[in-house]
Amino acid sequence: MKWLRNLDSLVAVLTLLPSVILLAIFVYGFIGQTIQTSLTNWGKDPAQALAINPVLQFVGFENYKELFSGFIHGRFRQDLVNNIFFTVFFVGGCLLVGLSLAIILDRSPKGEGFFRTIFLFPMSLSFVVTGTIWRWMLQPAGGVNQLPSTVGLPEGQFAWLTSRQQVLQFDWNHLPLFTAWLIGLILLWIGVAALRGGEARRGWIALGSAALLIGWAVFIGPRVQLLPFPEIHGFNLAFIGIIVAAVWQMSGYTMALYLAGLRGVPEELREAARVDGASEVQLYRRIIFPMLAPITLSAMIILGHISLKIFDLIWAMTGVDNAPTEVPALLMYVTTFRSNKIADGAAIATILLLLVALVIVPYLYSQLRGEVRR
Amino acid sequence: MIWRVVQYGILALATLFFLLPVYLVVVTALKEPAAITLESTWQLPRLWYWESFAQAWNAFLPKLQNSFVLTLVGTLLSAILGSINGYVLSKWRFPGANVIFPLMLFGMFIPYQAVLIPLFQFIREIGLGGSLWGLILVHVVYGLPITTLIFRNYYAEIPDELVEASRIDGAGFWGIYRNVIFPLSVPGFVVVIIWQFTQIWNEFLFAVTLVSSPANQPITVALAQLAGGEAVKWNLPMAGALLAALPTLLVYIFLGRYFIRGLLAGSVKG
Repeated sequence: MKWLRNLDSLVAVLTLLPSVILLAIFVYGFIGQTIQTSLTNWGKDPAQALAINPVLQFVGFENYKELFSGFIHGRFRQDLVNNIFFTVFFVGGCLLVGLSLAIILDRSPKGEGFFRTIFLFPMSLSFVVTGTIWRWMLQPAGGVNQLPSTVGLPEGQFAWLTSRQQVLQFDWNHLPLFTAWLIGLILLWIGVAALRGGEARRGWIALGSAALLIGWAVFIGPRVQLLPFPEIHGFNLAFIGIIVAAVWQMSGYTMALYLAGLRGVPEELREAARVDGASEVQLYRRIIFPMLAPITLSAMIILGHISLKIFDLIWAMTGVDNAPTEVPALLMYVTTFRSNKIADGAAIATILLLLVALVIVPYLYSQLRGEVRR
Repeated sequence: MIWRVVQYGILALATLFFLLPVYLVVVTALKEPAAITLESTWQLPRLWYWESFAQAWNAFLPKLQNSFVLTLVGTLLSAILGSINGYVLSKWRFPGANVIFPLMLFGMFIPYQAVLIPLFQFIREIGLGGSLWGLILVHVVYGLPITTLIFRNYYAEIPDELVEASRIDGAGFWGIYRNVIFPLSVPGFVVVIIWQFTQIWNEFLFAVTLVSSPANQPITVALAQLAGGEAVKWNLPMAGALLAALPTLLVYIFLGRYFIRGLLAGSVKG
């Protein structure tokens, strides 16, 4: 019978094979082709851009260098800054709203099921639908700005999506400096925490790396010039409306994640803490929040990768070619399919992929590692 | 006591935040175009005007049909393939499965911009450029990771003893699937079908890039174009948004439990 079982194993593998081949081509093959395209000059010469068999030249990392330091690509750099600010505020907003709602619903108020349904329904909508609705909500002379006047207050004045204000401005040339300080301080914190926890090796490695980075930031960083000219970027206030709409759509998801986590905290544990004299605040701070830490991390990663890919929501709210509210995902589309600068588009896509992979690959690894060991 | 008041206060505020847009959509869709002004945004319509829905319905009917064909075919194919893949990966673990599965999963997280240029060319080269079938193919392939994941996790709960018993009875690979796995799969299929239905119905990036001819457009693309036009009065986009939202909204309202299960499964471990 052994050979029969082996035959079945062969059938099993052969059954999976078509899917594996399809994904190998559609994911890895195409990514490879995109990277290859990003190293050519496809689209630099308009005559070649739309040719059936374009004559392409290998230009190495020229397109990437241009995107990060070329004079005409300031728009890409602002888009990158936009996306990072958007990610921070969107993820923060979703976590805050989601956690608050989950804590309240976990305490079983009256009508819990009703509230849960209300908070989650936007998840079933298309970003295009959400964007269309919120575009109307955020008309500068109507919508949300008119709300106060329905109860007799003066109407709001904020221009929402049409705002041209920029805050939190910084010079692009200081980006390596800020990054070095940020990562250096995080590593410092990790190192100190590890040493206190008795993990000497880990602690000293982290402290050493932190010292290197901070040393660089103090002695070399201030003299680094990425561009021959100062270039100011910042947070465009026009994004606030998009962040509100995105939080409206996705905070229910965060709530569902947290609610599942809170339901997993055993009732005996809460009782035990209360018996030991812990107040409700202490109960949450000392016992429940630490238990929710893995969920927070998962939520941050899932939401973070969604926000790096955000595309349809912004298209529906401000159109496809609106510089103040643009992100790299949209710029890639415009560059490739409207301006026919295909190699530039491929380079932007590759950068986007790297950013997402930076977040997702460690996540997948940690999620699946435990399983394999089991 | 104070805590209770605060608690219900927050709930009321949140409910307002989540439902105000719904109120605005419905009210705007029911106003006659001439009565829609920015100052009267929040007022109820003086005259209930149902014409917008008829207009939106007429304009969107072909696109809704496209979306239905696209969604139904794409959902069913990716669900069936996902079920079989999940069966192989959970019950017929072969050497290398631990490497192949994460590599498959990665496909559901990538920004699709990273495959868009070669994909566009590929679909054109195989003669499906601009058609609905090209889009269906794309949705089936990029749906495989999530459907495989959900079924794999679902089948992991089915005891291996059942599979073993069936094998001793002489059942082969497909026999076990037919007699043991498939009959137990209904809840798994419900979760996967709801998830894929929502995803494909709502998708925009592939639709707007790969379907060039307006006749084949799905509803999301048509809605984005309608609302993007500057001259349009807002009653039509709002009625259109309601029509576009209705199928997935109904699924959510009636099968919400399964929808949430799919949602949580998307964070890999579930």
